[in-house]
Amino acid sequence: MTELMLAIAIGVLYASGLYLMMRRSIARFIIGLALLSHGANLLIFTAGGLSGGRAPIIPEGSDAPAGLIADPLPQALILTAIVISFALLAFALVLLLRTHQETETDDMEKLRSTDA
Amino acid sequence: MNALPALPILLPLLTGIVCILMRGNLPAQRMASIAGCLLQLVVAVVLMVRVGGGTLIVAQMGDWAAPYGITLVVDVLSAIMLVMSGLLGLLSAVYGLVTMDERRERHYYHAFFQILLMGVNGSFLTGDLFNLYVWFEVMLMASFVLLALGGERPQLEGAIKYVALNFLASALFLAAVGILYGLTGTLNMADLALVLRGSEDPGLITTVSMLFLVAFGIKAAIFPLFFWLPASYHTPPAPVSAIFAGLLTKVGVYALLRMFTLVFTPDTFTLQLILMLAAFTMVTGVLGAAAQMNFRRLLAFHIISQIGYMIMGLGLFTQTAIAAAIFYMVHNIIAKTNLFLIAGIVSHKTGIHDLKQMGGLFKAQPLFSVGFLIAAMALAGLPPLSGFFGKWSLAQSGFAVERYAVTAIALGVGLLTLFSMTKIWNEAFWKPRPADSPLPATPWTWTTRERIALMGPVALLAACSVALGLGAGWALDLCGTAATQLLNPAAYLEAVLPGGARP
Repeated sequence: MTELMLAIAIGVLYASGLYLMMRRSIARFIIGLALLSHGANLLIFTAGGLSGGRAPIIPEGSDAPAGLIADPLPQALILTAIVISFALLAFALVLLLRTHQETETDDMEKLRSTDA
Repeated sequence: MNALPALPILLPLLTGIVCILMRGNLPAQRMASIAGCLLQLVVAVVLMVRVGGGTLIVAQMGDWAAPYGITLVVDVLSAIMLVMSGLLGLLSAVYGLVTMDERRERHYYHAFFQILLMGVNGSFLTGDLFNLYVWFEVMLMASFVLLALGGERPQLEGAIKYVALNFLASALFLAAVGILYGLTGTLNMADLALVLRGSEDPGLITTVSMLFLVAFGIKAAIFPLFFWLPASYHTPPAPVSAIFAGLLTKVGVYALLRMFTLVFTPDTFTLQLILMLAAFTMVTGVLGAAAQMNFRRLLAFHIISQIGYMIMGLGLFTQTAIAAAIFYMVHNIIAKTNLFLIAGIVSHKTGIHDLKQMGGLFKAQPLFSVGFLIAAMALAGLPPLSGFFGKWSLAQSGFAVERYAVTAIALGVGLLTLFSMTKIWNEAFWKPRPADSPLPATPWTWTTRERIALMGPVALLAACSVALGLGAGWALDLCGTAATQLLNPAAYLEAVLPGGARP
C-alpha cells in the first residue's frame, strides 16, 4: 500500500516537474527542476525496497543483525542527493536573479542573443 | 592501501584550497594553479606507465573492500583520459596567465578551475556508479560557476541554458541510478556487471540503460540533446571555453563507453540506436557549423559533430572500432582545444569574433597561422595528422562489420569539416583585410610573456597533433589495449572483486 502511494506521489512529482519545465518562465523552470529532483529522491527510496524492518544496528556481542533490517544505503544516497540538489538549486536561483537584473526578463524566449 | 590513484583527485582539491586561502595574492594563486596542474600531469603519466601493459591499479577507499566501499580503478582508458586532463589543465592554466582578467581571478577563478579538474579526474577514476554521479555534480557545479563568472549578459544567457539542461540530465542520471539499485542491490560497477550478466530480464535492463543513454547523451551533447552547447560554449573567457570544449563533453563520452561495455552488454537494438544517433550527431553538428560566421560558435558546433564519431565507434562495438573511438577522442581533445585557444588569441589581440570582420592574418602573423592550419587540418582529417588515422581506422572498422551507411556519412561529414575549416582559413587568414575592419593593419606586437603563455600552448598542442599522427601506430596499439580491456572486463572484475562473487 505504501509502495503504491509512493509510486503515485513520484508520478505526480515527475509530471508536474516536467510540466513546469516546459513553461517559458525561468522561475517556473527552476521550481520544476526542484520537483523533479524530489521525485528522483523518492524513487531511490522506493526502489531501494520498503522492507519495514528495524534499524540496521548490530547488537553487541554478535556479528550479524538480528531479524529483518532496513537497507540503510538508499537513505545515504538520498541524503547526498538532497545536499547536491540544494546547492544546485541555490545556484540556479542566484543565476536567475543575476540574469533578471541584467536582462529584466524571466522569459526564456527573450534570452536568445546567444542562439542566433 | 595504494594511494596513487587518489592523487589526481587530491591534488586539485589541495591546490583549490590553497588558491582560496591565498585569495588576496593573485600571482601566488597563478603559480599554485600551474604547479598543481603540473603535478597532476606527472601523476597521470606515472599511472599511464604503470597500467600501459594491461595491468589495472585498484584502490579501495578507506580499506572497505568492494562492493561495499568506493573503489577507484585505473585501466588504460582511465589513464589516457587522466593524461589528457592533466595536459589540458596545465596548458589552460598557462594560457590563462595572459588572457584571464583580474576581476574574475579575484572571484576565485583559480579555485573553481581546480575543482573542475577534480570532478573530471574523479569521473575518470571511480568504479562506483553513485560516486560517478557525485563527481559529475562536482564537475557541473564548478563549470556552472566558471561559465557565469564575470556576469556579462551573453554569459548569463548561456549559463541559464547550460544549467537547465545539465540539471535535467543529473536528475535523470540519479533516477536511473535509483532504479538500477532497486533491480540489483549494488552500485559498484564490477559487481553490477556480474549481477546484470546473470540477469533473467534483459528487456528491463535495456530500458534502464536507455535512461543512462539519455542522461550521458545530454552531457556528451549527442543528437538531439545538444542544444545547450552551441548556446553557451562561446560565451565564457577563452581559457574556460577551451577546457570546456576539450574535456567536458568527453566525460560524457567516457561514461557512455564505460557503462555500455562494462556494466551493460548492449543488444542489437541499442547498438542500432547508438549508430543512428551517431550519424545524426555528425550531420547536424557539421551543418550547424557551416551556417556560422562567429569563430567560436563555429567551433562549438564542430564539437557536436566530432562527438558523433566517438559514439559511432561505440555503436560499431568491435575491438578496433572502440580503439578508434578512444584514439579519436584523444585526437579531438588536442585539436579542438588548440582551435579554441587560437580563437581566444585572435579575440584577445583584436577583440573581434566575427569572421567577416577578420582578414589578412596570414600575412600579418605567418607563424601563428601555421599553428591554426595544423590544428584545423588535423580536425578535418588530412594525413599525416592525427585526425586522418582516427577517421581511417573508424571507417575501416565500419566496413569490416558492413555498416556502410554510417561509415559513408562519417566520411562525407569529414569533407564538410574540411569545408568549414577552409572557410575559417579563407575568412580570417587568407582574404585581404577588409577596409572597414577593426583589425589593426600593422602586425601585432607580442610581449615575451604573451609569446610564452599564448604561443607556447598552441605550439605544444600542434606538436601533439603532428606527433599523434606520426606515432599513430603506437597510439592505436595503446588504445587497442584500452578497448580490449573494455570489451573483456574479466581482468577488471577480478581486480576489483578478487574471487568473483561477493562474500
